[in-house]
Amino acid sequence: MPRNPLVMDCGIFTTRYKDDMAILHHPGAKLKVLAVIIVFAAFPLFASPYYVGVANLVGIAVIGALGLNILTGYTGQISIGHGAFMGVGAYTAGILTATHGLSFWIALPLGGIAAALVGAFFGIPSLRLKGLYLAIATLAAQVIIHFLIIHTPSLTKGTAGMVLPAPQIGSYRLDNDLSFYYLILILTIAAVVFATNIFRSRVGRAFMAIRDRDLAASVIGINLFQYKLLAFALSSFYAGVAGALWGHYMGVISPEHFTINMSIMYLAMIIIGGLGSIMGAIFGAFFMTLLPILLREAVSLFGGVFANISGIILSMQDAIFGLIIILFLIYESEGLAKLWKNFKEYFKLWPFSY
Amino acid sequence: MASAGTTGSGFLLKKGCIDQLTPQLTIEGLTLHFGGVTALTGIYLEIMRGEILAVIGPNGAGKTSLLNCISGLYRPSEGKIAFEDREITQLAPYQRARMGIGRTFQNIELFKHMTVLENLMLGRHVHLKPGLISSGLYWGRAQREEVKHRRRVEEIIDFLEIQSIRKKPVGMLAYGLQKRVELGRALAMEPTLLLLDEPMAGMNIEEKEDMARFVLDVSEEWGTTMVLIEHDMGVVMDVSDRVCVLDFGRQIADGTPEKVQQDPLVIRAYLGQQQ
Repeated sequence: MPRNPLVMDCGIFTTRYKDDMAILHHPGAKLKVLAVIIVFAAFPLFASPYYVGVANLVGIAVIGALGLNILTGYTGQISIGHGAFMGVGAYTAGILTATHGLSFWIALPLGGIAAALVGAFFGIPSLRLKGLYLAIATLAAQVIIHFLIIHTPSLTKGTAGMVLPAPQIGSYRLDNDLSFYYLILILTIAAVVFATNIFRSRVGRAFMAIRDRDLAASVIGINLFQYKLLAFALSSFYAGVAGALWGHYMGVISPEHFTINMSIMYLAMIIIGGLGSIMGAIFGAFFMTLLPILLREAVSLFGGVFANISGIILSMQDAIFGLIIILFLIYESEGLAKLWKNFKEYFKLWPFSY
Repeated sequence: MASAGTTGSGFLLKKGCIDQLTPQLTIEGLTLHFGGVTALTGIYLEIMRGEILAVIGPNGAGKTSLLNCISGLYRPSEGKIAFEDREITQLAPYQRARMGIGRTFQNIELFKHMTVLENLMLGRHVHLKPGLISSGLYWGRAQREEVKHRRRVEEIIDFLEIQSIRKKPVGMLAYGLQKRVELGRALAMEPTLLLLDEPMAGMNIEEKEDMARFVLDVSEEWGTTMVLIEHDMGVVMDVSDRVCVLDFGRQIADGTPEKVQQDPLVIRAYLGQQQ
């Protein structure tokens, strides 16, 4: 008998552990995911190049936010060095492609690996430090890396910044928004799938155990130091890949892109989206990337009515960000992901909730 | 649950076959200071393979400190601890866990945001192999391993009768159930030595009886050696093979429950001295 598509996963009874442990464990979920992927794949067909460009920035932000959520949301290690780790990835890949003429496709993973190594190095204090103290230690990473980028002009061209070449597939250059769109879409899907798998199996569970109770984690055989470093490395790998992508997409990188502002921005993403949730990182990246754009649109819409509004609202953008974060912390500390979950729970039993 | 004999010979022993000749854990001259405070003084203890040893004593006697020294959370100031003929005094807690020492805590130390299943699967951590990359790909061996160990975890869920809560977040469960899940997580490790820190504290009589039954069943099915801290004398006398009494960090008695009950030093520690 065909199932009612509106009734979601009630009445699903699995008989094998493998099915019970599947992420998409009912047919409706598979269809939904397929539909979402088709919508994203078809998006450039009906969107203007400007919005395709916005979508690219969202995709890169999703990868970066997933990285920070792995470390801060899932493993409980606060980091304010995420922007700098993105910088390490961007500069490593940039130096390899622009200065050494290496292919982008090799430079991208190498940028991620360089960031992972640097991230793991700055994660060493996490063995002894927790919470705020660790945050300060990662702040040091942010400052030191930023300082090094500015003061090694022979490598990084210092404050002048670097111009990066567009990636190539054969003789086809990925130098516009549209061609980058599919690259970023594929990498974002890969990043989401990898992270989802991590957190339903051994290594991810160990990360969450460290977050919830590190004492208990150690007596069930988890090597805290090893796993904390692993979390730093994985998180920074995501950051490095996001940074390398961003650099080659923008075509120009300079030190002021990878400051503490960026780190705070990513922290805001995962707080608003939802700490310790894959959907949270995705929602947060969408929200924080789209909010300034929506604000600008709104301002231009009302610009004709209130002549001075654009100046006031745009200068208050940071304050509005701050306000939204505070409101989320007060009213929904588990973020947009929790709102989405509530919404789904409601429709799980709709229309007969008994 | 019969096919559990995979880690170490201790698992194959049956109740009643306590090996009186070869101690599984040997503690020699264990002393523990915290600054100027001495928590434990010169403890000598041999724990035989397969026995249930109860550690009792008034509050602050050093019972939990003793367990913490065995599981590696505290480094003793003096003395040696050997497990399975290997000195473990300097090993980290996770290394001791891998050797087969499992434990539960007096104040429940579960992973509160995770489900019962995830908590028990974490108990299997030392037995699972997949690393970062294969976990992330969740393909082939990684998936087969997860399913294989899920099967073992389900056996423990059946054993502890917690089927109905397997997908509930642990933080939402009642206290007695949390205690049971914590025992389950320790059992999932398939330890050969299990340290239980007040497994029945704060429980009502039915819950205590359930827990006592689980402790005896574990001993009978797997022959796991157990060290048990408990305040309820009825439980201690019924469950344990041997009792060790601590008072102010000193070991004042050691022997069968009947013998310890008659010991004048023990009576004095608990009731005070008659004027």
